[in-house]
Amino acid sequence: MSISPQEIKNEFVRSRVGIAGLSILGILILVSITAMVAIPSETFSQWNNPSNWISYPKVAIPVWVNLFLIEKIPEHKILQNPVEKIETSGDISLVSHQFGFSFDYDDFPNDFIYEFSAKYSGSPLLQISVIRPDGKTLNLVSTSLPYSNTETMHTERVFSTDDSIRKNLFLQSDEFDFSLNRLSAEDIVFAESNSHKPLKGNYLFIVNLYGVNSENQISDSTLTIGGKAFGIMGTDELRRDLAIGLLWGTPLALFIGIVVAIASVAMGLVYGVYAGYRGKKTDEVMMRFNDVIYALPALPFLIILSVTISNSIFLMIGFLTIFGWVGVAKVSRSMALQIKTRGYIDAAEMMGQKKSKIILRHILPQLLPYAFASIAISVPAAITTEAGLSFLGLGDPSFPTWGQILHDANVFGAASRGLWWWIMPPGVMIAITGLAFVFIGNALDVIVNPKLRR
Amino acid sequence: MGLKKFVATRIVTMFGVLMVTLLLTISLVGSNMDTILKQGVAYQVRTEITSDPTIASSFSSTEEFDAYIQNQIELATEVLGLDEPWYSPQRIGLTMYKILLLDFGNATFLTSDAGSPDVREIIFEKLPRTILLFTTATIIISVIGIFLGALSGSKVGSVVDRITSSFAIISSSFPVWWIGMIMIFVFAFMYQIFPARATPPIPASDPNYFFSLLYHMTLPLITIVMIGFGAWAYLVRNFMVGIMQEDFIMSKKVIGISKKKIIYTHALKNAAPPIVTILALSLSGSLGGAIITEAVFDWPGMGRLYFEAITVMDLPVIIGATYILTVFFLVSIFIADLLYGYFDPRVRTA
Repeated sequence: MSISPQEIKNEFVRSRVGIAGLSILGILILVSITAMVAIPSETFSQWNNPSNWISYPKVAIPVWVNLFLIEKIPEHKILQNPVEKIETSGDISLVSHQFGFSFDYDDFPNDFIYEFSAKYSGSPLLQISVIRPDGKTLNLVSTSLPYSNTETMHTERVFSTDDSIRKNLFLQSDEFDFSLNRLSAEDIVFAESNSHKPLKGNYLFIVNLYGVNSENQISDSTLTIGGKAFGIMGTDELRRDLAIGLLWGTPLALFIGIVVAIASVAMGLVYGVYAGYRGKKTDEVMMRFNDVIYALPALPFLIILSVTISNSIFLMIGFLTIFGWVGVAKVSRSMALQIKTRGYIDAAEMMGQKKSKIILRHILPQLLPYAFASIAISVPAAITTEAGLSFLGLGDPSFPTWGQILHDANVFGAASRGLWWWIMPPGVMIAITGLAFVFIGNALDVIVNPKLRR
Repeated sequence: MGLKKFVATRIVTMFGVLMVTLLLTISLVGSNMDTILKQGVAYQVRTEITSDPTIASSFSSTEEFDAYIQNQIELATEVLGLDEPWYSPQRIGLTMYKILLLDFGNATFLTSDAGSPDVREIIFEKLPRTILLFTTATIIISVIGIFLGALSGSKVGSVVDRITSSFAIISSSFPVWWIGMIMIFVFAFMYQIFPARATPPIPASDPNYFFSLLYHMTLPLITIVMIGFGAWAYLVRNFMVGIMQEDFIMSKKVIGISKKKIIYTHALKNAAPPIVTILALSLSGSLGGAIITEAVFDWPGMGRLYFEAITVMDLPVIIGATYILTVFFLVSIFIADLLYGYFDPRVRTA
């Protein structure tokens, strides 16, 4: 029953399932490192703060879906680096920001928003116009900023739903062959002139700020063309970029799974071996206690614990460990009972070695292969249980896990609304992570239990 | 150790576990429960007094009236024994005694379909539905699992065996509730075959209610079976692999008994004790897992009740549901133990 580490390694390398499991785990670890390096933890800790996601679209489909579609869905564009031109002629100075982008989609955008901060004095004139692919120029906004004697900072958001934009567009309604009634601004700006269809090509949004006798500046100039597709993973109802949640979920899931598995196996191993080695009354009492824990319904208790005590992720790891060590303790006790009868244990005892030393030196090392197999096998259970608790809404809000993403999806009825990009990836990630450990565990199990080998 | 003593020690252990569970639950939710109970008493006394205008008119000032109400509330609290802290032995003892007799009191927010706030009524209304769904599922799972497991266990390395084993491994890493969401997405959104919510829209008194319930049950049932049977088949397979290597099977082969007969009578019979035990355990285990599965499918059973109770922190319901779940869990562990002892005499005598 004792196998040397070298043998285990050799056998493991030969097992295809084991190698597959290890490679998946390797990829997951790479993803975790990328997530922690590439996405600052500040972004991640803002997950539940809606104001952080305000410039993103609601329930946007992943961008790559467009590759498979004939009718392209408009992508959400956040344009932040305009071409800046400054001119002065006589008294009049002009600051001009120009946003050029191509629009090749078969649907109108949701809206467009221009956000800027201007530093000025007096009352400069703000003009926004757009040059369309067909060469037509539409004036959208023509307004003066609030008057100020001294130099001032003014921040404003111009929405496509503004009445002034609609009015300006109505004034230019002879550019279009169809009635503009009841159409929103984006449906007009991005429409062909002879029929109400999206006009494809390069658009140029021009923002001009005219001032008299003053140096004006525009900063933080951002034009958002609201679309229905965004990012690699899309967004959810609360405009959050799902890619960030999914990436950051990986290190969290690995952390929860591995810590719970190692802690509970170590606990069960020591408990079981001690009970088995001491035997008699100690064994009886310890195993009765084990029975009690075994018979506690785990999920209801985990729920009550997280509701009444705390849903902090670290406490949750502790709670999961409490319910995780029982099975390991039972098995390692029976293994210790077997090993106890071996001659070398008797010999060690007769030589007067301390009991703790016998357990640590002669019994525990023999159980290590079994322990590694059980660690690998108990990781998926820990991850799915945590995901389940998070799914019920009992997760730690400061650490958004895959389970919590699925909880939100369920709350907003993603399944019956057909928002597949919100449901599929978190579950697939949970399953892949679980699979990696199941593979590794199975490969180890076959090596440790020769009975399964046939 | 005889069978009687075996049963007796089991019963004592189970009862002990039940008490420990109760004690743990009460100590976890006790302080919140206490506040809610006191508020309830105060509210009751206040409405009783204010509903009778003659009492109010007999006081000259509002302060006096308020003092009177306060006094009455304190009296009522004392009569009910609520003036002692919730962790005093008498109160915990009383609460445990009440719960043992299935007296869970009134729910704070939730009601039964008929509108009754009595926790016992709520639970006994939901329990049959959970049992209906999960027992049906477990039976289907075990039938498919035993058949597939026996088949693949007798032909190790065959195509059937490989497919079963890999399906078992893969399906066990998917959370049931996630598959549930996918099923809703596919069968309620893409192809509108089954309803997305498993709660029948018609009242329970309607004669067609049962059929409507069955129709709404299909989607959750398919999901649970789909995720469950693989693991079952894999377990049965592993037992079978072990047994098919035993000498008595080998000799039966040598005698010339047909392979089918060996598998389905001799080998399966020997694999029966662990299989039956796991059947009993998985029945109870599925009841625990019901909490999440029912929440996804909106199945109107114990699991959803538990979920709703947690969302609004309805403590009497939480305590009652935990108790009932624990009782079910323990009873099935107990039955599993007994069956194991019955099938495998070594357990009794060891």
